[in-house]
Amino acid sequence: MANTADLIAMLKEMNDIIQENKDFLTELDMPIGDSDHGINLARGFQAVVEKLPGLADKDVGTLLKTVGMTLVSTVGGASGPLYGTAFMKAAVVANGKDQVTLEDFLSMLSAAVEGVKLRGKSTTGEQTMLDAMVPALEAMQAKAGASSSEVWAAGLAAAQEGVEKTKDMIATKGRASYLGERSLGHQDPGATSFTLLFSVLAKHYT
Amino acid sequence: MVGIVIVSHSQKVAEGARELALQMAANAPVAAAGGLPDGGIGTDFERILEAVQSVSFPEGVVVLFDMGSAIMTTEMVIDALDGVEIRLADGPLVEGAIVAAVSSAMGMDLEGILAAIRNAGESHKL
Repeated sequence: MANTADLIAMLKEMNDIIQENKDFLTELDMPIGDSDHGINLARGFQAVVEKLPGLADKDVGTLLKTVGMTLVSTVGGASGPLYGTAFMKAAVVANGKDQVTLEDFLSMLSAAVEGVKLRGKSTTGEQTMLDAMVPALEAMQAKAGASSSEVWAAGLAAAQEGVEKTKDMIATKGRASYLGERSLGHQDPGATSFTLLFSVLAKHYT
Repeated sequence: MVGIVIVSHSQKVAEGARELALQMAANAPVAAAGGLPDGGIGTDFERILEAVQSVSFPEGVVVLFDMGSAIMTTEMVIDALDGVEIRLADGPLVEGAIVAAVSSAMGMDLEGILAAIRNAGESHKL
């Protein structure tokens, strides 16, 4: 269970973890992208944190919608529309709710995955954030009925495993697709940043 | 006339393509939306939104783009705007911008311009 205040606290931690890993994410983006993933996300989440004080009395849906729109307007790279869409799709599920349950989280993550697939015209196996998002969602769904901490831990382990697997993939989406087989052996920055953000949620429940 | 928007990760690319297009068709409604507000490389939702609105004619708007987030950010702008027919054009940015500007100034309709831009990508230079 999480209410708006809990989620605001988690969003602040998401910003912290992105700022701490800004250089790491940018380094990952250097050989296969345009070396801006860390910088872009750091700018976006900094803007999100600045919006949070005005959202304390809002429902979860409004909070997440504002986060999504802020990311779209401030990130500037492909991760802006993708994370923006993810948060905005999750917001639709959480619309009008003052708190969200684990079941709601699963519906929100599922909506976010579908949104990212549509926005990026992508699917798993293409060395993108979906290669962490989809395994996390599926692992959580497979743990249905288990305790909340077991469900979140399973999701995080699957996301981390998903990031590792992106090293064996050839990118067919995004700037890395121009590199063809040279994208082999590289860990996808988007899958990595998703896993960092997800780890904040998982930590909160485990 | 059909409005034309050039979306690029680079402000210079977007403005340069606009400049080339206007040289051929000075009266064509062409707007450039390139780069980030701080001058950096990237695509900016607000910039694209404003560019589309500045050339929103009843005949519709054609958007030319370079790659990646240019497409996705433009699609989010399309989702956010009601009442304007906005279409992504599948073709080369520079040649497409010139073809689009000339075609729009001649009064060609939206579908015709989209086809002309596609055609610009299929014809060989050598």
